Amino acid sequence: MTGHSPLRDAFLANRDRIADQHAALLDPGWRSRMGTIAIFGGGIVLYIASFFLLDMSLSNLIGGFRRLADIVGLMFPPTPETWSRFYLYLGAIGQTLSIAFLGTLLAAVLAVPMGFLAARNVVANRLVHLLARRSLDTIRSVDTLIWALIWINVVGLGPFAGVLAIMCSDFGAFGKLMSEAIETASDKPVEGILSTGGSRFAAIRFGVVPQILPVFASQILYYFESNTRSATIIGIVGAGGIGLHLSELIRVLEWQQAAFVILMVLVTVAAIDQISQRLRGAIIGRRR
Amino acid sequence: MDHTVVIPPDAQLAPLLRAYDRAVAAKHRQFFIGLAFMAGAFALACIGAEIDPGLFWEKLGNFTSYFNRLAHLDTGAVVLSDPAEWFWGLRRWTRLLGETLLMAYVGTVTGAVLAFCGCFLCSRNLVSSALLRIVIRRIFEICRTVPDIVFAMIFVAAFGLGALPGVMAIAIHTTGALGKLFSEVVENIDMKPVEGIAASGGSWVSQVRFGAVPQVLSNFASYAVLRFEINVRGAAVLGFVGAGGIGEELIVAIRKFFYSDVSAILVMIVVCVMLIDTLSEKLRHRLLAMDERP
Repeated sequence: MTGHSPLRDAFLANRDRIADQHAALLDPGWRSRMGTIAIFGGGIVLYIASFFLLDMSLSNLIGGFRRLADIVGLMFPPTPETWSRFYLYLGAIGQTLSIAFLGTLLAAVLAVPMGFLAARNVVANRLVHLLARRSLDTIRSVDTLIWALIWINVVGLGPFAGVLAIMCSDFGAFGKLMSEAIETASDKPVEGILSTGGSRFAAIRFGVVPQILPVFASQILYYFESNTRSATIIGIVGAGGIGLHLSELIRVLEWQQAAFVILMVLVTVAAIDQISQRLRGAIIGRRR
Repeated sequence: MDHTVVIPPDAQLAPLLRAYDRAVAAKHRQFFIGLAFMAGAFALACIGAEIDPGLFWEKLGNFTSYFNRLAHLDTGAVVLSDPAEWFWGLRRWTRLLGETLLMAYVGTVTGAVLAFCGCFLCSRNLVSSALLRIVIRRIFEICRTVPDIVFAMIFVAAFGLGALPGVMAIAIHTTGALGKLFSEVVENIDMKPVEGIAASGGSWVSQVRFGAVPQVLSNFASYAVLRFEINVRGAAVLGFVGAGGIGEELIVAIRKFFYSDVSAILVMIVVCVMLIDTLSEKLRHRLLAMDERP
């Protein structure tokens, strides 16, 4: 790789001049450099300080890794032990999917009116718009697990509380997405319908809805995917689904069965991902 | 401007109308098949999830009364009337909330560094070995598909109670999630700088360091900040399984029916999450604007 090309010779001959010409690029000056150093240095100092603040010691870490290796060893081979347990877990996976499906669907249905309310171009009143946005933000920033705990206090332990929890946390997200989709929709179809004498309702139904429907449908599918993941964990606090079994198994240190349940979750999530990816492609492709 | 609408004669119009009717009918048929399918899935899911609208209706009162109780102190006064009493544990809760933020920070940074190291190895345009790419991709996939709280439960069993298992769970989940996003960014870079360095005899490391990294850095930082935002929410509930942070305090308060404590902690979490959302949105806009600078 040491062939002497004319380009290289020309560069070496004019090296100093080129360096002078592009001085700003080669040496960006101490100010921008100090800024970078300060940000990175601060980040690293905070990172190291966190280990002390959070009580994470090296001996703790090493001992933990040794135990973790033992646990991983105990997980093999993953097995449900008996067929009846396998059917039990299969049923729980079905329940998990039901929770995710219903939660997503209910949230989507409820979010439609809220989305229109929070959209700037549909509701002109700034106060209503602001209130709708803020309440959606508040609902969104409470985690699904916290919603599950609240709903358990209301409807009792079981999958129903899980459905309501997923519904609540998604309602916030959907409302926001919906209102953004409505705000970015083109005004032209609406104007066209209004100019031909259509009512305000017809303008929304035929002017706005066809524009946002594919976007919204693919978002719903995406959330269904992510909710399958959330639904697997809400059982940890007692809101139904596979999480209940998983947390029980980990608590009583049945590692082989726990590993089997984790594998079942992985397979289910992968399958749902595949299906929803196909559907999303079909929805977006067909409308284009 | 006069416009006269020309209506074609019936003989010409009839086939057009028929075709239109057929198209509309086909669309309706498709819609109703989809609707029937959805209704079937809905009914099945209702059975699966033991939905009971009667129960919901009956217990709906509990929902409002629950929030009503959240809004009142033990003495029966409205929480806002005595903020000092409401936030009696402010000092302790602030410390725990700070701990939660630190957990999210350490987890995000660790995960981002691991994802940064891995993402170049699983990009089609930088690595030609299919085996290496597939192995790293699968590792990322497993890391992000297993929910962080499941990792946290396993790590609590191994490392004991405290922030350490929580941080590790966040770090692993973040590695998987960011690894995927990072490698997608890397696969979309302009290959000319990389080829230039390869042509002048640069090693693979310098191809990545000087060819790829400068193109992706601001995007990576923006994704990492977004992930930090998500991880703060995640870290707030990791305490439910004993993995540190404010979640532990919250679940105890909920389980023991300390209503005003529940609402106080929830308010603190919501405010904190919103604050971080706003800051991170600003930061991300600035990071992405850096890319557009000539």
